[in-house]
Amino acid sequence: MTGFHVAQVNVGRIVAPLDGPELADFVAQLPEINALADHAPGFVWRLVDDGGADSTGLRPDDNDGRLLINCSTWESVEALEDFAYHTDHLRVLSRRREWFQRMEGPHQALWWVPAGHRPSVAEAMERIAILGERGSGPDAFTFRDRYPAPAAIS
Amino acid sequence: MTAEDDAFAALGVLSDPVRRKLYRHVAASPDDVGRDAAAEAVGVSRSLAAFHLDKLVAAGLLAVSFRRLSERAGPGAGRPAKMYRRADGEHAVSLPPRSYGTAGRLLAEVVEQAGLDRELQAAARAAGAADPQASGSDLVEVLRTRGYLPFWDGETLRLANCPFHALADEFRALICGMNLALVEGMAPEGWSAAVDPCPGGCCVSLRSKNNSH
Repeated sequence: MTGFHVAQVNVGRIVAPLDGPELADFVAQLPEINALADHAPGFVWRLVDDGGADSTGLRPDDNDGRLLINCSTWESVEALEDFAYHTDHLRVLSRRREWFQRMEGPHQALWWVPAGHRPSVAEAMERIAILGERGSGPDAFTFRDRYPAPAAIS
Repeated sequence: MTAEDDAFAALGVLSDPVRRKLYRHVAASPDDVGRDAAAEAVGVSRSLAAFHLDKLVAAGLLAVSFRRLSERAGPGAGRPAKMYRRADGEHAVSLPPRSYGTAGRLLAEVVEQAGLDRELQAAARAAGAADPQASGSDLVEVLRTRGYLPFWDGETLRLANCPFHALADEFRALICGMNLALVEGMAPEGWSAAVDPCPGGCCVSLRSKNNSH
């Protein structure tokens, strides 16, 4: 154990209102996919709105009613990667363009947090902004260009 | 030696038919293979199999690990058995030189940028269904021909190789979505595909409602 967990955030602009027919399949799969995450090896925590089940009620940009946010923390990048790409989550991911517009610029970021820390929406959005400004680095990185956890303080 | 020379050296080792059989047997096995099992599968003596298997290791085509096959430990347990599995590296030679990998990477980047996942999946599904062999019912043979190295794990058909490995690593959602659609296209009615990865292999597994294997 390093004393650090990896946090991930991604935002996406839905193609139509969340309660419309276009997003129905996505909304219907949320409980199952979230449960899959909750039971995945290495899962620590995920952001939920006041409703409590998922984060689809949150709007990280006040001026954008269709921008959704998803944020979670994991014991390792590998654990997150296994869940994201090696489970039925991939089936949902492969349908992303039915539900989410393609976005210009970074729409996701990874960064290290002290174990137990739960990032706020503002903190998560800042990490996406850092990635956009500076590219992949220790403060915000991507799966493709990942950075190790900070050395444990002895 | 250039990279091309290295590839020729590795692949030249496979010109021996016994060695090729041994390589194919080990590469298609989901588990590590011992000398006895490999010799039996190919129909040669244990010592001949051992000789060729070690040539394949020296060429970088197979990797080795050691494992005790019996429960006994301590003095009298014997030496641990030498086990073989497919090595991780990729070897390709094209004469004359062709760079389909480079083209594939560029195309994937553009498709990803343009957000054309659905169009790619539709094309993959159609290509899978159009496979001349897929109209027959032998999905296992179709998958084998396409390099997936299928094997039965109980009632589940797993795929020990990902034919798109390097591209999938780089464009995971795009390429795995494409591959899932391709496999679903190949699968006749009565089969269902799931995302259920095989370590070191393909993320798709299949089940037949008829269980006819």
